[in-house]
Amino acid sequence: MEITSLNKAFEQKRSGSATLGTFEEQNWSSFDQWGLPALKHEEWKYTRIRTLFKEGMLVDGAVSSLSEETIHQHFLPGELAANAVVFVNGIYQSALSHYTAGTDQLIVKSLETAAGDEDADFVKKHLGHSQQYHKDGINALNGAFAAGGVFIRAKKGKQVVDPVVIYHFSDSTTGFRFSQPRILVHAEAASELQILETYIRIGSEESLTNEVIEICAETDAHVHYVKLQNEGTGASHTGTTHIRQLGRCTTHAVTITLSGMLVRNNLNMIMEAANSESHMYGLYLLNGKTLADNHTIVDNQMPNCLSNELYKGIMDEESTGVFNGKIFVRQDAQKTNAYQSNKNILIGNQSSANTKPQLEIFADDVKCSHGCTVGKLDENALFYLKARGIPDDKAKALLLHAFAVDVLDQIKSDAIRAYADQLISERLSYSE
Amino acid sequence: MAEEQEDILEQVTTSEYKYGFVTAIEADEAPKGLTEDTVRFISAKKNEPEWLLEYRLKSYRQWLKMEEPQWPNVTYPKIDFQDIIYYSAPKQKISPKSLDEIDPELRKTFEKLGISLDEQKRISGVAVDAVMDSISVATTFKEELSKVGVIFCSMSEAVQEHPELVKKYLGSVVPATDNYFSALNAAVFSDGSFCYIPKGVRCPMELSTYFRINAANTGQFERTLIVAEEGSYVSYLEGCTAPQRDENQLHAAVVELVAMEKAEIKYSTVQNWYPGDKEGKGGIYNFVTKRGICAGDHAKISWTQVETGSSVTWKYPSVILKGDYSIGEFYSVAVTNNFQQADTGTKMVHLGKNTRSRIVSKGISAGKSQNSYRGLVSVSKNADNARNFSQCDSMLLGDKCGAHTFPYIEVKNNSAVVEHEATTSKIGEDQIFYCNQRGMDTETAVALIINGFAKEVMNQLPMEFAVEAQKLLAISLEGSVG
Repeated sequence: MEITSLNKAFEQKRSGSATLGTFEEQNWSSFDQWGLPALKHEEWKYTRIRTLFKEGMLVDGAVSSLSEETIHQHFLPGELAANAVVFVNGIYQSALSHYTAGTDQLIVKSLETAAGDEDADFVKKHLGHSQQYHKDGINALNGAFAAGGVFIRAKKGKQVVDPVVIYHFSDSTTGFRFSQPRILVHAEAASELQILETYIRIGSEESLTNEVIEICAETDAHVHYVKLQNEGTGASHTGTTHIRQLGRCTTHAVTITLSGMLVRNNLNMIMEAANSESHMYGLYLLNGKTLADNHTIVDNQMPNCLSNELYKGIMDEESTGVFNGKIFVRQDAQKTNAYQSNKNILIGNQSSANTKPQLEIFADDVKCSHGCTVGKLDENALFYLKARGIPDDKAKALLLHAFAVDVLDQIKSDAIRAYADQLISERLSYSE
Repeated sequence: MAEEQEDILEQVTTSEYKYGFVTAIEADEAPKGLTEDTVRFISAKKNEPEWLLEYRLKSYRQWLKMEEPQWPNVTYPKIDFQDIIYYSAPKQKISPKSLDEIDPELRKTFEKLGISLDEQKRISGVAVDAVMDSISVATTFKEELSKVGVIFCSMSEAVQEHPELVKKYLGSVVPATDNYFSALNAAVFSDGSFCYIPKGVRCPMELSTYFRINAANTGQFERTLIVAEEGSYVSYLEGCTAPQRDENQLHAAVVELVAMEKAEIKYSTVQNWYPGDKEGKGGIYNFVTKRGICAGDHAKISWTQVETGSSVTWKYPSVILKGDYSIGEFYSVAVTNNFQQADTGTKMVHLGKNTRSRIVSKGISAGKSQNSYRGLVSVSKNADNARNFSQCDSMLLGDKCGAHTFPYIEVKNNSAVVEHEATTSKIGEDQIFYCNQRGMDTETAVALIINGFAKEVMNQLPMEFAVEAQKLLAISLEGSVG
């Protein structure tokens, strides 16, 4: 696939850092080799990504017209505004970002800077690990434009109290915007870090964000990650969240998808140390023609680990929900407990759900289970509420909200949970 | 105790395949390799009508254009399709009128397998259409069946005597273009069973076929077609054992079931092809396409399978639920040992309204084997109130084997209710301890637990088969299962 603006953008930019320069070159040639995944690609069976790429799309490097004021308008209130990492069109903007957490706790700098200072070795070693799990053009394409990314480090033994909120702005006022943010996070030993990623599209044209975030957690670290997608119907998204447990630790990810045109989330938990714990929760609440595709991988490599996964979906109107959850239990990962559950409710007459829970187990002393359901709202519960004088739409909203709360409750930060709950409540109290 | 368990597993892995023997009968063979001439040779040998030859040639040309599937979770050396003999028939001068006329060598083979024809005929009341290599050598109880109008004969006989039925239904459920191996089968199928149950008839006995692979280097391409007319019922049994071989053999069968309104077909399989030795050498490649269609309302198709053999299995008995209120069922026990690989499961395609399906799959892996469940439950836009329940459980014996599940669920109707659950575990030490405490040795305990694990499926087998299935489980996991 040849897109002139893409080629031109790659030709024009040259990263000053040798590490990043080589990394980008390698990714660009991988992208050249693999191309964009077609429906024939098993991992992209339900999601047609190729048609999103258009000639003339605005590729990053182009100057943004967004003013500081516009950006600040979209900051979330209260403690969620404390640490703001701002990306505009996939490029990290240090001038627009700010942090209340001191540099003794939290370091945020551009990936380019990190590749040249005391974090250089770390960047060199860990950047691009996700590609081992995603041998497709999408991941490589992001890697080819990695230099605009950001590096975040939570310092050893420190708790970053307020969540680090990463704002991804896409300026699509003048045309189809293609942004490719890249993030590398290092949670040092015994640190605690909460991350919220949120996406804002400004302008009436369509947009596509192709993101890769790689998080490395060391011994005794606690990482809570939340991805909140409510970008509107014109916005598409392909993103990979790749979480590695380098030492014994606990990681936690919650993905909430409320709107979009085509949304594809890859979430990987690579459990490389014994006695670790990982939790993955997801909620997709869809309407219109939205397609949300969640692909998750849990890779249990070492013994005595626990992983738990719960994804819930509500599909209204003509929306489609896709869930593909892979659990690998490698031969050394004895005594693994791995659980997975995916529950879907179809409301819309034209809605559909495709789900594929997948277990691949190579160790014998394990307890693994998965379950998935597709169904409608419980008639009896609905009748019960209506018999008590609650109108039909309210009763439905109540039941759906209760269905969604299981996932919402898993968000550790009160501020983030309250914000997400507010968005969901607004969506559910629909009037028909 | 762990040691003891290892001993048992050791015994399991070292047990030899009991049914490995070769019957020395002269065979009438086609030359090695596959060309249009081979297809014409087979067709001519069987004295087939023009339309069937055309069908075969069309399928062959289609096959040339297709590629061998790479997606199953199995690995095996590439098959050289030119190194296979596509037609091999035991030489017999005239077709036998009674069992006494059958080659005594041939009959001994069946006796070794414990399915002696006369015994079957006298005692068990089961009609046996014994398939030795590719040609049907004897059909018993045919007369009794024909009294009620049931046609049960070999496929080549059906082509001669009931061409209109064969022409109507052959390839209607599994088209030649369906997949690589079904295309191959359609081009070179040698023989198989044909069964037709007329309207309103309840087939008075269980029908069964025994498949055997006998001559060296002979791929076996069976074709089975069962048609159940309105309101009829038939229970069909299929069992396989194959002699020990060093070279890999290919088995690419196609089974088609057609159930009309209110008809019911119950298809049971016990599969015990040669699984290869404990180094993973030899064994049968079992690449089978099985599919049934509930063409009318209230029809029901039920697949039950016990898979213990073959070095590589690739098999997904499916049901297309086209009629309203139709029912599809799939019960499976798959046991893999040593270097066996199984990628098996089912497809339930809900098209009609108020259709129901149920899937119960039990996988047991031992040695260095890989056992995969791969299934599809699809609910189309118009399949209102479709209901599915799937359960697939895996048990691992030993730490070098693998168990995998790949369930695809695609729902396009908001009134459907689909459930899927799967678990993977091993035999708990506490369970064995509990049994030991009560005076059972570990071997008996393992047997008890495995039997309990597979019971839900075993219960679905007809009486005649349940005994044999238990025997096969015992052989496959010898030492741990009684």
